[in-house]
Amino acid sequence: MAASMFTSGAILSRKLLSVRVLSECVRVTNLRCLSSGLVEEQPNFPGSRSKWTESLDFVQPDLYDGIPVYRVMDRKGNIIDPASDPKLDKDTVVKMYQRMTLLNTMDRIMYESQRQGRISFYMTNYGEEGTHIGSAAALDDNDLVYGQYREAGVLMWRGFPLDRFMNQCYGNEGDQGKGRQMPVHYGSTEHNFVTISSPLATQMPQAVGSAYAFKRAQNGQCVICYFGEGTSSEGDAHAAFNFSATLECPVLFFCRNNGYAISTPTSEQYRGDGVAARGPAYGIATIRVDGNDVFAVYNATKAARHITITENRPVLIEAMTYRIGHHSTSDDSSAYRSVDEVRQWDSTQHPIARLRAYMVTQQWWDETQEKAWKDDCKRQVMQSFARAERRHKPSWKEMFTDVYDEVPDHIREQYEYMAAHVAEYEEHYPVKNFVKNE
Amino acid sequence: MKQLIRSPVFKRLFRPVLTSSCVIGKRSSHFTYFPDTVPESQGETVRLNLFQSINNALDTALATDNSAVVFGEDVGFGGVFRCTIGLQDKYGKDRVFNTPLCEQGIAGFAIGVAVGGATSIAEMQFADYIFPAFDQIVNEAAKYRYRSGNLFDCGKLTFRAPCGAVGHGALYHSQSPEAYFAHTPGLKIVVPRGPIKAKGLLLSCIRDNNPCIFLEPKVLYRSAVEMVPTQEYTLPLSSADILVEGEDVTLVGWGTQIHVLREVADLARQQLNVSCEVIDLVTILPWDRQTIFNSVKKTGRLVVAHEAPVTNGFGAEIAAAVQSECFLHMEAPVERVCGFDTPFPHIYEPFYLPDKWRCLSAVKKIINY
Repeated sequence: MAASMFTSGAILSRKLLSVRVLSECVRVTNLRCLSSGLVEEQPNFPGSRSKWTESLDFVQPDLYDGIPVYRVMDRKGNIIDPASDPKLDKDTVVKMYQRMTLLNTMDRIMYESQRQGRISFYMTNYGEEGTHIGSAAALDDNDLVYGQYREAGVLMWRGFPLDRFMNQCYGNEGDQGKGRQMPVHYGSTEHNFVTISSPLATQMPQAVGSAYAFKRAQNGQCVICYFGEGTSSEGDAHAAFNFSATLECPVLFFCRNNGYAISTPTSEQYRGDGVAARGPAYGIATIRVDGNDVFAVYNATKAARHITITENRPVLIEAMTYRIGHHSTSDDSSAYRSVDEVRQWDSTQHPIARLRAYMVTQQWWDETQEKAWKDDCKRQVMQSFARAERRHKPSWKEMFTDVYDEVPDHIREQYEYMAAHVAEYEEHYPVKNFVKNE
Repeated sequence: MKQLIRSPVFKRLFRPVLTSSCVIGKRSSHFTYFPDTVPESQGETVRLNLFQSINNALDTALATDNSAVVFGEDVGFGGVFRCTIGLQDKYGKDRVFNTPLCEQGIAGFAIGVAVGGATSIAEMQFADYIFPAFDQIVNEAAKYRYRSGNLFDCGKLTFRAPCGAVGHGALYHSQSPEAYFAHTPGLKIVVPRGPIKAKGLLLSCIRDNNPCIFLEPKVLYRSAVEMVPTQEYTLPLSSADILVEGEDVTLVGWGTQIHVLREVADLARQQLNVSCEVIDLVTILPWDRQTIFNSVKKTGRLVVAHEAPVTNGFGAEIAAAVQSECFLHMEAPVERVCGFDTPFPHIYEPFYLPDKWRCLSAVKKIINY
C-alpha cells in the first residue's frame, strides 16, 4: 500500500508526508501483521526464505573440507567396495581399455606428425582418457555431446573412425568439416558430437539450450557438456549453470579438472572448493569423482544421466584428473611445471594402468594380448595416417560456401574474382594440392 | 487503496505542481511518420502499431511451428515494450518464458535451442545490452554452419532487439549497433520501418535458415500505426524498397531514418526543385547492392543517413561500394549524414541526430557540387 503510493507518478514534497497519510500507512501495515502471526518467525523476502540469526557470522570459504572425491578403485586398480563395482561385462571393459589405448596411440603419432610438419597443430589427451571413456560408456549414443577440445575419447568410444580423425587434422577432402578449422576440431552428426569450436565455454549455454529443446521434444535424450576447470571461470559457464537450473534442463555438466589451464594452475584459477562447490549454489545436484577411475566416472555419469532424464534438471560432475601432456603442440609445459611432477602422474593412478590391473585380476587380459593389441593399434593408426596424408585438400571453392545456407550474390562474386585471379597467378597458389574446382 | 486515491485529501496532496508552461523546450520527435499502405488484394487489414504487429508475427510463428519458443528478460508478462503480450497465456510457460538477466546466456541458450532442432526467438531487452552476447553471436552463431562443414547450424535462430533514438534514451537506450554485426559474415540483419514491414520481415527472419538479428526502432513501437493485413505473410530479405522515385539524388536509410528522408524528399522538391529517390535498405546484411547501384547510376548523387556514429557506420560500407561500382556515373562524392563520433548523448539529442535539416543541407551541397 505504502509502496504503490510512492511509485505513482506523483511528485513528493515534504508537504505530502503529512501525519494523515502516514497514519493511514501504519494502520494498514498493522492490519497485515495481525492477520499472519508467523511474520516474525521466518524471513519472508521474495529472494530467500531461510532463517533469522542474531549472530554476526560470515560463512568462510573453509567452512568444510571440500566435496569428497567419489572412487571405486584404489590407485592401483583394486575395487575398494565391491558394491560399487558396476560389474560391466568383459566385452564392455575390454572395449573401454582398447578405446583408451587406441586414443593414446593415435595421440602419440599425431603429436609426432605435427612435430614433423605434417599437420599444423594437435592436442593430446594423455591422462584424461578415463574421463572420456567412463562418461561416454554411461551415456546413450543419441545423447548430444558438446565438447571443449580434449574429449576425443568420447568420439573414439562412439566409433568415430580413425580415418575421420585424421581427415579433420589434415583438412583433406575426406573431412566432413570441409577443412575449415584447425586440427582436433572434430564434429559428427552420426555420433551426435557437436563440432568443436575454439572459444572456451561458449558450448556451455548452448548445451543448455539444446537440452531445453530436447525436453520440449520429449525425445528421451540428455545433453552432456564437457569443459575444463579453466573454462569454468568464463562468464558463459556461470550463465550456463544458472540457466540450466532455472529453466530445468536435462543437461549434464562434466568438468575435467586436470590441474592446468595451459600454464595456469588451479590455485590461480579459483579460490573456492573447485568447480563442484559452485553447483549447489546454482541449485544443481553435484558430485566430484576420481576422473582417473573409469568405473567411478561411469557410475557417476550413469546416475547423473538418470537424474537429468527423469527429473529434467541439471547435474554437475567434477572429474579430478591430471593433464599429463602439454596443453597443445604450441606449448612446452616444462616451462611452468617440473618434469618430476608429470612423471609422477604418468606412472601412478593412470586411468589406463588401473583398468588394465582390473582386467588382469579378472583374467580378461594378459601380456600377450597387450603386446598384440599394442602392435594392432600402431598398425591401424599408421595406415589411417598414411591414407589421410595422401589425400587432396577439398576444392578451394569450399572456402566460399556454407557462410549462409545458400551462397549470396556478394560472396559468389568474390569467388569469381578469386577464380580469375588464381587462373592468372596459378604458380603462386598451392592449387595442385586441392581438388580441382568444378 | 482506491478509496484513498479518490479522497479529496489525496487529490490535493498529489496535484501536479508543474504545468507544461514551465517546461523549457517541449520534446517532440525529429520525424513525421509516413505510413505504408497495402493494396486491397492483401485482404482484410487491422489497425496496428509496431509492437502490435511484432506481437502478431510472434503469435503466427508460435501458432504455425510447434517447436518455436520465445524467451528473454521479462518476456513472460509481455515485455518492457509489450511485444510479447498475451503470448505466454496463449502458448504456455514452456514456450514463452523469462530467462535470467544474462545476455551472453540468452544468446548461447538461443543457439543451443536452434541446434537442438527447435525454432529459437530470443529477445535482447535493448540493443545497447547486446554486447555481452557479441562473442556468442559473432564467434558462434555466425560461424556455426561454416566451421562444421554444414554438419551443424543454428539457422532457426532470430534475435530481436529494440534499437535507435527515442528522444531521451541517451547512451544506453538509443544505440544502433548494426555496423558491428554487419562486419560478420554469416549473420542477417534486418531493420523494419513500420508495422506492415515488421510483420512480414520478422516472420521471414524466423523462418530463414540463417541466424538473424531483427532490430526494432523503439520510437516507432507506439507511434508507427498502419493498416496491417491480418493474414499471414512474409517479405523478402536482402531486397531494398524504392519508396519514392526520383531523378536527381538518391537517399538511403533504414528504420526511423526513412521517415526523416521522406520528409527531406518533400522539402527538397518544394524548396530546391530537386527530385529525390528514397530507398529503404531494409536488410543491412546481406544488403541489396544492385538496387542502390542502379539508383545511383541514374541520379549520380547519394546521401546515406543513419543514427549510428559516422566513422565506420554502415554508411561507410555503402559509400565505398558505390564509389567503386558507380564512379563514372557520379556527379558528387557520397554524403553521409550520421550521428557524430560521440556516445549517444542525453540532453544534446536534438543536436546529435541526422535530422531533416542536416539531410536537406547535404542534398543542397551535392546538388551544387
